[in-house]
Amino acid sequence: MRNVGVTLGETAVLDDVSLHVGQGEFVSILGPSGAGKSTLFRLLTGALAPDRGEILRDGAPLKRDGQTFAFMPQRDALMPWRRIIDNVILGLEVQGVPRAEARARALPLFAEFGLEGFEQRYPAELSGGMRQRAALLRTVIQARPIQLLDEPFGALDALTRAQMQRWLEDRWRAARWTTLLVTHDVREAVALSDRIYVLSRRPARVISEVVVRAPRPRLGAPLPDEARALEEDLLNTLLSQTGERP
Amino acid sequence: MRGLPALASVAGAILLWEIYVRLSGISPLVLPAPSRVIEQMGVNRALLWENTLPTLSATLTGFAFSVSIAFALSVALDFLPKLRRALFPIFVVSQTLPLVAIAPLAVLWFGFGLTPKILLVALVTFFPMLVALVDGYESTDPEIETLMRSMGASRWKVFRAARFPSAMPYFFAGLRISITYAVVAAIFSEYVGARAGLGIVILNAKNSFRPDLMLAAVVVSSTLTLVLFGVSALLQRALLRWREAGQTR
Ligand SMILES: Nc1ncnc2c1ncn2[C@@H]1O[C@H](COP(=O)(O)OP(=O)(O)OP(=O)(O)O)[C@@H](O)[C@H]1O
Ligand SMILES: [Mg+2]
Repeated sequence: MRNVGVTLGETAVLDDVSLHVGQGEFVSILGPSGAGKSTLFRLLTGALAPDRGEILRDGAPLKRDGQTFAFMPQRDALMPWRRIIDNVILGLEVQGVPRAEARARALPLFAEFGLEGFEQRYPAELSGGMRQRAALLRTVIQARPIQLLDEPFGALDALTRAQMQRWLEDRWRAARWTTLLVTHDVREAVALSDRIYVLSRRPARVISEVVVRAPRPRLGAPLPDEARALEEDLLNTLLSQTGERP
Repeated sequence: MRGLPALASVAGAILLWEIYVRLSGISPLVLPAPSRVIEQMGVNRALLWENTLPTLSATLTGFAFSVSIAFALSVALDFLPKLRRALFPIFVVSQTLPLVAIAPLAVLWFGFGLTPKILLVALVTFFPMLVALVDGYESTDPEIETLMRSMGASRWKVFRAARFPSAMPYFFAGLRISITYAVVAAIFSEYVGARAGLGIVILNAKNSFRPDLMLAAVVVSSTLTLVLFGVSALLQRALLRWREAGQTR
């Protein structure tokens, strides 16, 4: 994204945002609530067009054909009337893959996502963590070049969240999906990312970009001092951005 | 048994009615006792049965007609919001027409056959069904729509996979209510002009001062309504099983 700006109604939401994600890279976006993080994703998925600036993929303007990103929205957005297996294959179905084939592709992944035995259940029968994993499986199975995760664990209790973060780290180390993660949680960003962008309060600019070099896996053991210091710094930067501007 | 209190209160009311008629010695030409109404149902069962069938067929045909049109139109309106703004006022106006005036006109224009009954049943049930569907589409979780768009889904695919299923609970709620209106509309349109039907039984019984037979026909028509209501409830249970999922966990 180069110098992207967006105004929604009367509200200038994004002022001037430039960021990039490399192949196989895990990049996080931190920002205060209401900064415009979800808006960034709406620009990428084509739900919204930028007023200024440009969005490029491999140097060419991004095509809005739904082929580039697999998007996981802030709430899980599982369809309550579909069984988990059919929720998971929604993206494949949209791509035109026949249902039987899509199911056959999805079923072997259920164990890895901790959903084995729940294929035929409805979302209402699953716990919050399982629903989130189902939403994540629905995202990665689309096999798009880039995953967009909007606060995937924001709605979970602390214990489930910690568990999910470890699990995601494992999955990511195995698969190396190119990932853009939006989060409020500084520790989560430090633990999972190769790089982190920090957005200012609205109208958003990138106020900080940091590279996290700590070795992986980072979860499950105490973070190295360097990463801890980084976490502290990021938190302070973010705190400086809260509170309303006069 | 959840239905027990309801059954008990109905039985109690009927019992009070019976006692009142017996004690007061009121003429059966004014207020027949429940026992007499039931007796009349037995005596006239052939007549009542023969006349229930035309009412049932008018109700079901008219209702099927109205639901099909409402569904087709709801899809069109969902894709063309401009059309919705243009047509909705007309539908609202159609709901303000008094049935007392429209029913005789329909008979005048379309005769004593099935056509005016179908039209009246449709007139009464069409709008509630249409509103149920249109509101149902609107109830779709925007996040699900954004998700599907991000997958590159067409507007039509979003409709089929998200908006339509979201509308189903609304559709069935509308169905249960409308089916009761449908029976009433069918009987009323028979009442103002028909060769057969429960409405005709009621009309003839009234003209020959037979409140017992009128009430017998009323019992039959209420039973018919309840049965249709029950069938739509069962249909909803069978088709929307996901709504019960997770409630008994
Ligand atoms: N259609 C719109 N018209 C006007 N303002 C809007 C519109 N949509 C969003 N906004 C505003 O844009 C701002 C950014 O919204 P966005 O959802 O991107 O924030 P966010 O950073 O994702 O917040 P959170 O962390 O709470 O999810 C909000 O202050 C919101 O009020
Ligand atoms: Mg958001």
